[in-house]
Amino acid sequence: MILTLAFRNLFHDRIRLAVTLVGILFSIVLVAVQLGLYLGSSRMITNMIEKTNSDLWITTFGAKSFEEGGLLLTPGQRHQALATPGVKAVIPMVSAFAEWRKPGGGSTRVAVVGIDAEDGGLQPWNLIEGTWDDIRAPDAIAVDRSYLKDLGIEGIGSTAQIAIGRVRVRALTEGIRSFTQSPYVFTPLQRARNLLNMDGEKGDKSTFFLVQLEPGANLETVRLALQERLEGTDVLTKAQFRDRSLGQWLFKTGAGIALIGGALLGILVGTVIVAQTLYSSTKDHINEFATLRALGSSGSYIHKVILAQAGLSAVIGYTLGMIIALLILYLSRNSPLPLVMTPGLAFSLFALTLFMCAISAVSAIMKVTKIDPATVFSR
Amino acid sequence: MTNETPVLEANDIVKELGKGAGKVMALKGVSLKLVPGELTLLMGPSGSGKTTLLSILGCILSPTSGDIRLAGQSTLGLGPEQLAALRRQHIGFIFQSYNLFPTLNAVENVRIALDVLGQKGYPAAARAEEVLREVGLGHRLQNFPNNLSGGEQQRVAVARAIAASPSIVLADEPTAALDSENGHAVMALLARIAKEQNRSVLAVTHDPRTLGYADRVVRIEDGKIVGEERRPEGVNSPEITDLTKKRRKANA
Ligand SMILES: Nc1ncnc2c1ncn2[C@@H]1O[C@H](COP(=O)(O)OP(=O)(O)O)[C@@H](O)[C@H]1O
Ligand SMILES: [Mg+2]
Repeated sequence: MILTLAFRNLFHDRIRLAVTLVGILFSIVLVAVQLGLYLGSSRMITNMIEKTNSDLWITTFGAKSFEEGGLLLTPGQRHQALATPGVKAVIPMVSAFAEWRKPGGGSTRVAVVGIDAEDGGLQPWNLIEGTWDDIRAPDAIAVDRSYLKDLGIEGIGSTAQIAIGRVRVRALTEGIRSFTQSPYVFTPLQRARNLLNMDGEKGDKSTFFLVQLEPGANLETVRLALQERLEGTDVLTKAQFRDRSLGQWLFKTGAGIALIGGALLGILVGTVIVAQTLYSSTKDHINEFATLRALGSSGSYIHKVILAQAGLSAVIGYTLGMIIALLILYLSRNSPLPLVMTPGLAFSLFALTLFMCAISAVSAIMKVTKIDPATVFSR
Repeated sequence: MTNETPVLEANDIVKELGKGAGKVMALKGVSLKLVPGELTLLMGPSGSGKTTLLSILGCILSPTSGDIRLAGQSTLGLGPEQLAALRRQHIGFIFQSYNLFPTLNAVENVRIALDVLGQKGYPAAARAEEVLREVGLGHRLQNFPNNLSGGEQQRVAVARAIAASPSIVLADEPTAALDSENGHAVMALLARIAKEQNRSVLAVTHDPRTLGYADRVVRIEDGKIVGEERRPEGVNSPEITDLTKKRRKANA
């Protein structure tokens, strides 16, 4: 009967129900979009790091993110790393911004990623045309299909210039997007060095060393040993480098704060609206609650009716909110920053909605707690 | 019948209401016993303290001083939750303005009284329908209050009051909002509940039409009980004469 009564009270006043649902819906959509953007950004930022097959990253000291490591690590350092107990492989990798000259004139910035697939540090993924082998051909590169227009090219076979070197597209990926909005250009290690080698001094240097450990080696022991040996570098676990990149792009720039702040605002506005409507509904039905109390219901019985009202609003509001959020998600799929929804986020949003509605119920519950059952006779 | 042990006993009840300058002594030392199988009428002018007494007997208000014993147990010092538990276990209430839940139909309105007692599911639904049939509303089970006449609504309220088989039924002016025919029907129902189900029924009223149904009439004035008459044993439809007036005349 608690659910029946809550349901009837809720649907008794359709306008108020609509206001409640709009409040919850607004909240959910806002929070889903903000957190979806946050998740989408995080994924983009860490995508490249996640896809590498490595236990540790050696970067130049203070390297802030995947694109900003410079080209400073030397072959000598690589050999020192290789000689460290517990290290199985040290795979050099190059990553840097460079200028892309469109064949039809004009230029844009790209992020050149140089690595040899046969080293096993980064396997090609999401290839839709061409193979990694094709990229080993002279001048060959791979780019993401979604950036073809930005790069001013047609597709496979198109040529352009990076810095001073000529390149030809031999393979296409699908959906490897970059948070910096500078398209990734994949090419083998040495060609990347050559393309970026404008002053002739970087011919054998690397941006990162991807370290793979011997089976059974202790991650932290090896990390400390490497850090000890290699001067002027940072030795980071995958998670540490990921966090550092996220910190750089999401927090130093304030973007992440804005997204999380927006989400908090959504929660606040939703809570206030639901609290208001729930309170006024409780006030409208206060005589019924007094009657219930006179009939001998416990205080918790009445609280359950109010909480059930809040919970029902949450379930309905959440369902409607998610439908709209998923629609926005769908529409954003081809935008520069697609939203991301995961089962975890969907579940968290539901928990958040329930929590929001429970908090909203507090003022209404305080109201009914003060009911004097004696009022049942004075009507 | 009259010498049965009381199920509800009020001893020297005093109740002050309001605060400061608005303070009123609504009850000034009232004692009253209710026994099973009797319909007692509590009569008195407006403002004499009838509702206050009913609230105290029903464990809705606590007396300023004096003691209420319900089923042999004193209610002294009990908290709101314990009093609520006593109400749902022992007492059924009927109100002047019915106090039905407008969003629930007849069966649901009765079920809610069982629900607060923890009686749920099919047995509760069946019991609710059973009592509604008992009060003559078998054909109105699914109606909502706004589709029921005043008399029907009050009968739903009576069904709700007796659904959990309380030993005591307290009614505050149950016929005041009803026309003569419906008023009589409700009073007959209350008398039947007292007799056939052996409950103590106390109805507050100042409606003289109700007199014929009473086993006993208690008169209250200005917060004090000023008289009590009982229908003589064996008399079916007694004319309970207004002894209070006679006594007053005699005193004058
Ligand atoms: N909450 C209250 N505060 C102050 N005075 C009250 C309150 N309720 C009732 N009274 C007063 O107490 C007296 C008895 O009231 P009540 O029991 O309602 O009388 P009745 O039901 O016989 O008309 C009246 O004088 C009334 O004005
Ligand atoms: Mg009254």
